[in-house]
Amino acid sequence: MSAGAHPSQRPRASSATALRAILAKDLRVELRTLQSVPAMALFAVTTFVLFRYGLDRESLSGGLAAGVLLATVLFAAIIAINRLFVAEREEGGFDAIRLAPVDATALLGAKAAALVIYLVVLEAIAVPVFALFFLDSASGIPPLAGVLVLVDLGLAATGVLISSIAANSRARDLLVPLILLPLLVPVMIAAAGASQELLAAGGPSYDGVAKWLAVLAFYDMTFAAVGFAVYDYLLED
Amino acid sequence: MADATSVQRRDDPAAATVSHVAAELGGVWREFGERVVLRDVTMDVSRGSTLSVLGPNGAGKTTLLRILATLLRPSAGQVSVLGATLPRDAWRVRGRITYLGHEPLLYRDLTGAENLRFHARLHGLPGDGADRIDHLLDSVRMSRRADELVRNLSAGMVQRLAVCRAVLHEPELLLLDEPRSHLDPEAAELIEPVLGPEPGRTRVIVTHDVDAALAEADLILALRAGGSVAYAGPANGLSAGDARAIYGGGP
Amino acid sequence: MKLPSLRVNAIAAALVLSAGFALVFFYAPLDADQGFIQKIFYLHVPLSICALAGFIVGGLLAIAHLRTGDPKWDVRSYVAIHLSIIFGVGVLITGSIWAHASWGKWWVWDEPTLVSFLIVFLLYATYYPLRYAIEDRDRQGRYASVFAITAGAFVPLNFIAVRMAQSLVHPRVFATANGGLPGSMLLTFLVCLAGMALLWVALVRFELAAKSASASLARLRRALEGEPEIPAQGSRIAPSVPSGATSVS
Repeated sequence: MSAGAHPSQRPRASSATALRAILAKDLRVELRTLQSVPAMALFAVTTFVLFRYGLDRESLSGGLAAGVLLATVLFAAIIAINRLFVAEREEGGFDAIRLAPVDATALLGAKAAALVIYLVVLEAIAVPVFALFFLDSASGIPPLAGVLVLVDLGLAATGVLISSIAANSRARDLLVPLILLPLLVPVMIAAAGASQELLAAGGPSYDGVAKWLAVLAFYDMTFAAVGFAVYDYLLED
Repeated sequence: MADATSVQRRDDPAAATVSHVAAELGGVWREFGERVVLRDVTMDVSRGSTLSVLGPNGAGKTTLLRILATLLRPSAGQVSVLGATLPRDAWRVRGRITYLGHEPLLYRDLTGAENLRFHARLHGLPGDGADRIDHLLDSVRMSRRADELVRNLSAGMVQRLAVCRAVLHEPELLLLDEPRSHLDPEAAELIEPVLGPEPGRTRVIVTHDVDAALAEADLILALRAGGSVAYAGPANGLSAGDARAIYGGGP
Repeated sequence: MKLPSLRVNAIAAALVLSAGFALVFFYAPLDADQGFIQKIFYLHVPLSICALAGFIVGGLLAIAHLRTGDPKWDVRSYVAIHLSIIFGVGVLITGSIWAHASWGKWWVWDEPTLVSFLIVFLLYATYYPLRYAIEDRDRQGRYASVFAITAGAFVPLNFIAVRMAQSLVHPRVFATANGGLPGSMLLTFLVCLAGMALLWVALVRFELAAKSASASLARLRRALEGEPEIPAQGSRIAPSVPSGATSVS
């Protein structure tokens, strides 16, 4: 029984199909093993408790609230970023994808999409908990979601890139946060700049939020572009 | 028996007139850091034939196979597979070759069937290769166990699935690294027809089984410490005694 | 582009830097508030500009490495980044001295150039552990190049973000060479900048020449032992120079 047209006449598998296949595989594995998302959520909630005592505050607003929330999300993201390529590395997944007639960027796109999904799920849990613990009013939350989406895209762009660089090296768990955290400083600056207005004590203010969103968008586009440009070189040997 | 530095080339006039070469290496070297793993290896495989690669552990057999599979580049020398020069034109031949190494390339947290569907999608097989998957699973008698997670299967079953994965996309060139390892004789018999010679199919098989190599190969390449020690066909007089000498030591 | 020889380069650097320092000590005006120590500005800012430019140059050389696959670009990228990191240490030290002279504290968050430089430095400091963690030389070079490109793109982005974070809270305290400096300070600054740039280039070429010499030696040794012409591996992370890479052009 044949597989259809002869391989030499078969068109190259489209990157979109490959991306969907890899993404579906990752989501299926995550749903089955629950390795990343629950750990991230638990980490976030525990970290909130730590901050409550570390800062000796029960209520947060403005810059302090923005800082606690964003720092927690960033560190939780690193948990997932560290695990992004575990299956590929341990089970020969890199070989499988490299042997297939697909572009390396399909892997990049799939992993970035998976990471964004994990982060959105994390935030869907962590942000309400954060509001419950520390905020007097939840009116700043909906616009905050917009900021977080841009943050997630930035985390995905740089996170997948750095995770790929570290995936095949020694001390990879150490390298990822070491390289990634400085790279994320502009994300923190811009996200905190916007969030502190949205979480201001008297209710959300939109003063200057637009310019920070522009910085985030620019960051996301820059590193997405860098990722696409270099990813083929990362997968060669 | 060739001494450690000479290379015997098999000159078969019949091969020269048939269709072209499926794979060839010209003076290939490969280093990893300070270690030289392949040393000036030259060989070619004609389409439709079977080349067995023998040699003790560490001789560079796996490295050679991975270079042919486009997974590694040589440090020096030329490589060409199915008419494409590697590494530049590697993209042309992926999809027409397959590599079955020591790792089964199966995700342990997916079922066998899910793994095969995943590979079918990566190779762009129409309908996710459903018919072909069913057929292959049947051939290796894994149809009933295909919906179990790979992590719960024995090594032999995993290898049978890996074999399915390898030929799913009907490759023209098979690069097999000890395909019969982990298999009991019954299972080894099952995969024979799946991996066996077929018209238009070229095979390069790394094996430790000297007798099997002599039985199935048209050509034998023996490696020792990265260098080609013998390169000849059974028909040219590489006897079982010679082959064993490669492993047994000697000059 | 044929560059003047390394000797000419080195002499030029020494001359211009000496001229610059002479200007600093004898020509540039003394700052009324901060006194003599303010003159470290003429060391700090040129070091900083050269280091940042060096990181970006390292990124550009890395692009050349990825596109050509020729290891000589990897060596050049490595040396550019390596020297810029060393200059970077100088930036942070002189910046701290300057901060102390200006505000009495050894570190300030008010100066966006210094702060953004700290972040860039923290990022590039990971360049060595990254290289060290990858054993295969080819892959090490490629991954290091990817890092250099990513980090090079990061430098301007980071500077903009840090700068924006300052603007509402504190006005820029130190005028740059692009505006606000009186003529005598500007001239002194530009001469020091030119001298520092020449020094950077001379040091890069010097290090490349040194590497090339040791690599040639290793190659000859291997040739004597009958090994073929494959690029010899130098130190664990510093890539060695293949034949023909000595001229930086």
